[in-house]
Amino acid sequence: MAELIALSATEGLLPLTHGALTLAGAAPDRITSVQPFKGKEAAVTKALKAAHGLGFPAPGRALAKGDARILWTGRGQAFLLNADPAPLAGLAALTDQTDAWATLRLTGPAADQALARLVPVDLRPAAFGAGSAIRTGLNHMMAVIARVDDGFDIMVFRSMAATAIHELETVMKSLAARG
Amino acid sequence: MRLQGKGLIDRTKPLAFRFDGTQYTGFAGDTLASALLANGVRLVGRSFKYHRPRGILTAGSEEPNALVEVLEAGGQQTPNTRATVQELYEGLAARSQNRFPSLKRDLLAVNDLMSPFFGAGFYYKTFMWPRAFWETIYEPAIRRAAGLGKLSGKHDEALYEKAFAFCDVLVIGSGPAGLMAALTAARAGAEVILAEEDSRMGGRLLSDAGEIDGQEGLAWASGVLAELRGLPNVRLMTRTTVTGAYDGGTLSALERVSHHLADPAGRPRECFWRIVAGRAVLAAGALERPIAFEDNDRPGIMLASAVRSYVNRWGVAPGRKVTIFANNDTARQTADVLVAAGVQVAAVIDSRADAPTTGDYRLYRGATIVGTQGRHGLEWISVRDANGERRVETDCLAVSGGWNPTVHLTCHMNGRPVWNPEIAAFVPAENAVPGLIPCGAAAGVFSTAGCLADGQRAALAALDALGRKAPTLALPKAEDGTYAIHPLWAVEGARRAWLDFANDVTVKDVKLAAQENFSSVEHMKRYTTQGMAPDQGKNSNVGALAVLADATGRAIPETGTTTFRPPFVPTSIAAMGAGGRAAGFAPQRFTTSHAASVERGAPMIEAGLWYRPSYFPRPGETNWRESCDREVQFVRERVGVCDVSTLGKIDIQGADAGRFLDLVYTNTFSTLKPGRVRYGLMLREDGHVMDDGTTACLGENHYLMTTTTAAAGLVMRHLEFVHQALHPDWDVRFISVTEQWAQFAVAGPRSRDLLNSILDEKLKPEDWPFMACGPVRVGGVAGRLFRISFSGEHAYEVAVPARYGAALFRDLVARAETMGGGAYGMEALNVLRIEKGLITHAEIHGRTTAFDIGAEKMISAKKDCIGKAAAARPGMIGPDRDQLVGLRPLSPGKAIGAGAHLFKQGEAAKRENDQGYVTSVCWSPTLDSHLGLAFLRNGRARHGETIRLVDHMRKTDVLCEVCDPVFLDPTGGRARG
Repeated sequence: MAELIALSATEGLLPLTHGALTLAGAAPDRITSVQPFKGKEAAVTKALKAAHGLGFPAPGRALAKGDARILWTGRGQAFLLNADPAPLAGLAALTDQTDAWATLRLTGPAADQALARLVPVDLRPAAFGAGSAIRTGLNHMMAVIARVDDGFDIMVFRSMAATAIHELETVMKSLAARG
Repeated sequence: MRLQGKGLIDRTKPLAFRFDGTQYTGFAGDTLASALLANGVRLVGRSFKYHRPRGILTAGSEEPNALVEVLEAGGQQTPNTRATVQELYEGLAARSQNRFPSLKRDLLAVNDLMSPFFGAGFYYKTFMWPRAFWETIYEPAIRRAAGLGKLSGKHDEALYEKAFAFCDVLVIGSGPAGLMAALTAARAGAEVILAEEDSRMGGRLLSDAGEIDGQEGLAWASGVLAELRGLPNVRLMTRTTVTGAYDGGTLSALERVSHHLADPAGRPRECFWRIVAGRAVLAAGALERPIAFEDNDRPGIMLASAVRSYVNRWGVAPGRKVTIFANNDTARQTADVLVAAGVQVAAVIDSRADAPTTGDYRLYRGATIVGTQGRHGLEWISVRDANGERRVETDCLAVSGGWNPTVHLTCHMNGRPVWNPEIAAFVPAENAVPGLIPCGAAAGVFSTAGCLADGQRAALAALDALGRKAPTLALPKAEDGTYAIHPLWAVEGARRAWLDFANDVTVKDVKLAAQENFSSVEHMKRYTTQGMAPDQGKNSNVGALAVLADATGRAIPETGTTTFRPPFVPTSIAAMGAGGRAAGFAPQRFTTSHAASVERGAPMIEAGLWYRPSYFPRPGETNWRESCDREVQFVRERVGVCDVSTLGKIDIQGADAGRFLDLVYTNTFSTLKPGRVRYGLMLREDGHVMDDGTTACLGENHYLMTTTTAAAGLVMRHLEFVHQALHPDWDVRFISVTEQWAQFAVAGPRSRDLLNSILDEKLKPEDWPFMACGPVRVGGVAGRLFRISFSGEHAYEVAVPARYGAALFRDLVARAETMGGGAYGMEALNVLRIEKGLITHAEIHGRTTAFDIGAEKMISAKKDCIGKAAAARPGMIGPDRDQLVGLRPLSPGKAIGAGAHLFKQGEAAKRENDQGYVTSVCWSPTLDSHLGLAFLRNGRARHGETIRLVDHMRKTDVLCEVCDPVFLDPTGGRARG
């Protein structure tokens, strides 16, 4: 039987390096949206803890245990990354979002300065340190941004990946030129 | 000419530059203005209205006169560049503006001779008749004669940037007050941004001598800056003007990133910052103001502080024989600087009768200037005092009418400044902008010692408000002089004395405004245009309102100021809209089939932010219609493939999901069984149609809603509103899954055959009736299949996770081609749906109801829904409504156009007789006729009638038969078969 060929959301566009900044693809193996049903918030937290050592994140926060992560992505909504959502069945509305997002990782010492040219959120370490995740704008597009060890993960709609990469590359080049 | 041993310029780095084609040399550290003065160039521009010869008035961003065009690579040019701000670089080329044919011989200077006619209000009174002449003749002619610099006429393709910054304390200005504030805040550990408009930090310390803590002021500043530079919590931003104060501690700033470089080497030209600060300290200093006297606008007449800046900072003597005219102690200070630099001081004219007499120069006390002479540069002045009038030869006159604190930012949230009679100036009102603390000269404190103390006070106040403990720093010792001023705004008896140099407004104009009862300061401003030039009245507002106060017999505080609005300095739209030019205007959304479509030569058209193929041309086809007709035939006779991923897909789950759908849709969904799809219609609360689409039941309490491409975001927002605002207690959760799935329509009599060739398991016809849905596997991948049709043919939509979209599209198209079909684009899709009378947002354009489109029966009588009540109200239904009909030209080959209007036969084609309008048209290769969908008054009762279609735009006039909007297969047998 013939198989369908899979292409990543950033196929042929990444990685890029300008100055001290690098932009690379960082797609999780799996993304599941988790929206607890009415009155099931505590049960969802419990199930996430039992199955993956996580909980349901507070607004603006992310939790991680090993490869498994869960990011707050909006009112009553979180994205579970690299983890099996099966234990949440019946407790939360779940949808597969793995292919819906292009995940870009921006790393380097001035990564926050590059994002400050596109994102209207305070990304200073004191305000947006480890364990932070926010749903905000990346110039004209909606994005989910999470702090990772050496930079940021930026999730944008898959269809907008080319524009997002173009805009990030523009600010990376501009920062490199400023020296 | 240059002064030996003076200035902060780098004499080891000479820079060549051109002004009006002539080559000159300056040094690194010069501005264009200082370099021109060093080369003896005094005439640099022509005034806005009268084309009067003008020179350099100031040494800062408030410059009203010295505006030039800076010429750049590729024929680009930046007009209205202030020579006092533009830093010199190797090869800089600048050109004077608003003159013809040359700066020295400007023919439009004839306006100056006509000035008795061109006073304030002249245009309003004169060019009233004939009325039509204003727009076509008068205004263009006036605009050509009066003006500023010119744009290149090309797109500005340079790189601009915008950025956000956050800090605890933003310090605006880096003079003694700003440096002290920044140091105090920084040592307390606060995150500090110090923004300075100039290319170099230091404020007046760069220009005025004086000791701080036993060392030269500048040396003290360098020490402070070195410490700040070494601190990780401090960001120093030069060439950055804070331009506005807004809500929530947000301030805007314009950074000139590369205007000072011959080669930007990838840097943006400017960066527009939005800075969110816990507290902001305004230490922006003060602006010196001129005095209005007869012909006070000649090249060579400058502000006294600017003269000191040119001498001390740039090592330039702005004249050989300098005179000084002031109403305050600045006169003596300026004379001392000039004498120390070895420049001859011809005379000091102090309007105060009790002016101090120290100094080795000729002093006229209680004197004023009553006239000046010199066409292209000052030659002499007439001085009048108690002893009479005399001429003094001079080529540079330094003027000081006192200082205006830079209160602008404190007024950006509608605060009004307060008059302080002691310094004869407006100072910021208490707490005028929450979180913005004015200090130093900006708050009316004019001594160095006072500024240092006030800067520290402001920082401590900011730190206290932020809950930070602050170390007590010993205040550096410095000069603590007094500021003695006796107000003098305009010299009595002058015929033409300029207030606003930039817009050519004189004392007489302001008096005329008062005389004609434009006595409110806001009316005076608009009547005379005072303060409406690029300098926004920085040099003239206070003087003009003082003259107005005098003319109307009121006090200055009673007269008040006009409104200060952002931005503080001219700000390019390109910087504010950085990244938004051309395709940067909005994100581009590409489907997974984009590359395959482009490779096939398909012209891509925008559908919202998405790009979709218009049609897929084949060799030999000469126009889009041939391609479109062929693609329609694919679907009607064989099989066609079309990417429909752009339609919105919303996953809806929860115990109340069915109930929720019943509320938002006109028809019932709670009865829909798993594995089935239903068409639904959604209304707005006002009863008009919002959107339509299909919703599939994927399982118990689990639905997948499809929206149109255009309304995907709108519908999502609507669902959020209904849930959050109307029924927050309902157990329903929804999220967009549009991006997760690549979905393709496979349509035509052979669609099932095509799918059976690629699906892991063949479709059993009895399991897949019309409007069925369910899971399938394609090449081992889990997908979804929906038997729905937007073409009226036997058709499916197959969805796979987006990573497989590119592969599946190519595979499907290749198989369709093998079967004699192929890909079809938006044009064919449109023809297919018009033939079937299916609607899009061309029909549900926001003003049509369910009744209008013939879907009133879809509003279920058994339940309530959003918009139901409004949809039933009088006027929303009935024979007066324009109703959806089909149109066929009586001669099938006659083209009709969307947007055309309908009229009864024999009636004139004019608005009063309008019977309706056409929304969609196509050429139907299936029916060999042009077809149209239209809304016609009481249309459903008029099938069979002949109606006249008139398109005034395309000049067509066609008779059409009114018919049912479903042209093809009205019973739907083809889709069900």
